[in-house]
Amino acid sequence: MKVKKVKADPKGVLTGAHYMDGDYALAEGGLAAGCRFFAGYPITPSTETAERFSARIPTVGGVFIQMEDELGSIAALIGASWGGKKPMTVTSGPGFSLMMENIGLACMQETPLVIANVQRGGPSTGLPTLTGQQDMMQAKFGSHGDYEIIALSPDSPQECFDLTIEAFNLAETYRVPVFIMTDECVGHMHEKVVIPPAEEIEIVERRWYTGPKDEYLPYQREEDGVPPMIKAGDGYRMHTTGLTHDKHGYPVINAECQRENVTDIIEKIRGNADKIIKLEEKDVDDAEIVVISYGITSRVAVRAVQKARKAGIKIGTLRMVTCWPFPEKRIRQLSKKIKAFVVPEINYGQMVREVQRNSVDRCKVVSAPHCGGWVHDPEDIFQAIKEASK
Amino acid sequence: MTKKAKAEAENPQEEYLRMDRIPHIWCPGCGIGTVVTSFNEALKKNKEDLDKVAVVSGIGCTGRVAGYVKLDSFHTTHGRAVPFATGLKLANPELKVVVFSGDGDIFGIGGNHFIHAARRNMDLVIICVNNFNYAMTGGQVAATTPTDANASTAPYGNFEYPFSIPYLADACGATYVARWTALHLRRVTKSIQEALNHRGLSVIEVITPCVTLYARRNRLGDGLNLLKYYHDKSEIAHGADTRTLGIGYQDKLIVGKFVHKEKPTFLDAMNEHLGTVLGDDYQLYGRINNDKD
Amino acid sequence: MVYFGELKPKKGKIHIIKDRCKGCGFCVEYCPEDVLELSEEFNVKGYHPPYVKNEDNCLYCQLCETICPEFAIFVTLKEEEESESEKGESRP
Repeated sequence: MKVKKVKADPKGVLTGAHYMDGDYALAEGGLAAGCRFFAGYPITPSTETAERFSARIPTVGGVFIQMEDELGSIAALIGASWGGKKPMTVTSGPGFSLMMENIGLACMQETPLVIANVQRGGPSTGLPTLTGQQDMMQAKFGSHGDYEIIALSPDSPQECFDLTIEAFNLAETYRVPVFIMTDECVGHMHEKVVIPPAEEIEIVERRWYTGPKDEYLPYQREEDGVPPMIKAGDGYRMHTTGLTHDKHGYPVINAECQRENVTDIIEKIRGNADKIIKLEEKDVDDAEIVVISYGITSRVAVRAVQKARKAGIKIGTLRMVTCWPFPEKRIRQLSKKIKAFVVPEINYGQMVREVQRNSVDRCKVVSAPHCGGWVHDPEDIFQAIKEASK
Repeated sequence: MTKKAKAEAENPQEEYLRMDRIPHIWCPGCGIGTVVTSFNEALKKNKEDLDKVAVVSGIGCTGRVAGYVKLDSFHTTHGRAVPFATGLKLANPELKVVVFSGDGDIFGIGGNHFIHAARRNMDLVIICVNNFNYAMTGGQVAATTPTDANASTAPYGNFEYPFSIPYLADACGATYVARWTALHLRRVTKSIQEALNHRGLSVIEVITPCVTLYARRNRLGDGLNLLKYYHDKSEIAHGADTRTLGIGYQDKLIVGKFVHKEKPTFLDAMNEHLGTVLGDDYQLYGRINNDKD
Repeated sequence: MVYFGELKPKKGKIHIIKDRCKGCGFCVEYCPEDVLELSEEFNVKGYHPPYVKNEDNCLYCQLCETICPEFAIFVTLKEEEESESEKGESRP
């Protein structure tokens, strides 16, 4: 079944040129994408998004509820998705950790929803008001068990708006939780955000099942590996569970069913990785060194890259707009012809592990970590580039 | 001439059950099946539109109920049935959402979610099957285990104090609170009927026998012995003060309907308040009147 | 037996799904008319299902149907030959 695209609901689209911060842009992106259910819990630095939703969503026919904790928030999100709404929440590191169990439930039940993580310094309470990019691995491996998710990384308030819409579209296309991994710097940065008219925004509608009621099987997949969805109240008498289940949605506790179930939910994303992954590359064709970055760090790296070019280093950049699924194919391809990757990130070295895994022995990989609390000094990234070019 | 029933071997209960999943996993003498039958009877008597009733359960023996009822049913994570049901109800206010879960699930790990759902007067029906322990995992002590009872993680006897569920529910703001035992079949059905028609948070605690674990560890006999205990020691006291409803080990059980009052639900209050404050800017959410006309 | 002219007590026919029964004994114990008894035979799971000992005593109260945790017993209304058939509805 082809994915159905519609125009955005003009009620939720605040068309115009605005001066707003990343947090507000996340909220506006959600509303433009058709989010009409928000359940969240205040946590710095993401609270502004929740506040914006609480003010705006009642005027567009949606519901805002501040739950008692993040555990309740994510559970309410899954319930709302099964009730037919497009739900969203926003959190930061500590709240993200609390949500992990139910993220596993959402993956197992294949529930579309969007979680934005405005990352901050960690671990534990860390630096609530200062930036970090320290939850990148947690987005993929935070919950127990094997599963795949999609994670996007905006580098500006404009991208916060655009990628939120993209996140909802991906969630509905692949029936999977999608994460927007932004950070405090982008979240609290005020910049120009241009919101186009509603007719120019493309929204993917949920893949509703349209066949005969008595032939409905909740997890019967289509060619791209995604099963069509229904919602409670439509008379399908569906059942869904977090236990390992078969096509009927009924729990089957044996190794055979486990193999099928887990393979299905993983290959659903890995098999479609080419369609999902978005990268922004510059000057990579003749480069010897490629700087791989994401989020705010990619903007900081621009200065370092300019300095390196002036110094005569043949350098290119690859910005990961999609961080998960990781762009393994492209990294492997590049690793065959370049000399080194440089990976600056505001953590102790997380995505660099994926780069290392995919370029093992073929090229050098230099990490440019930063513990958090501020963005890199471009000089530090330049030093890493120099070391890579030795 | 005796006329045989039209469907010779079809139990009328089967209309409400996923027959491809029966027989169920519950032990001989377990009361959960009885509570499910009472629930089915309530749906039948209320003539509920079965397409619009959804059941959400957590993890545990009672949590398996979602897998056996032929309604839109959700088997969620441990303790999170109440917020899941909150999200489901808010997304589709036309549904009648029933949380069918156990005492450990709702009042142990899920305690925080319960008190807030009660505080908000969410329009949900919570049927809590109370067997005084965490049965599925082997009979550990729970927040409702009576003092002095034996459990697998209290092998020398429980020295903690249990919750009194009707007291807790009333204190948090639930607007319909009742307690029965599995033996009070028809009264449980009547309570569930009232709760389904009630707008606001309804809590029905049903004390049920747990033969393999609670009864065995405390040498209380089998299902029949526990039912006899309910028969002998339960006292019906409608409207009793919820402060007096604690349960001692093998002691008096006060049952009945304790709270039944009207108060605006979360959606009612939201629509009312935001409608007043925002005026024309506000988009009315959900149906105002859920009356069965 | 006839009361008040035309009124007769209802009579029920009991159906037992033997292989679903787990021998808990609830139906036998709580039948108000002493209709059932646990049998000596074993079902496929090794439990003793009930059997109908005093069929004529059954008054269609449906308590066994409601109390059975296994959905293994139910009652249907027996039609009387002389009187008009009534609609089979359970008593509240």
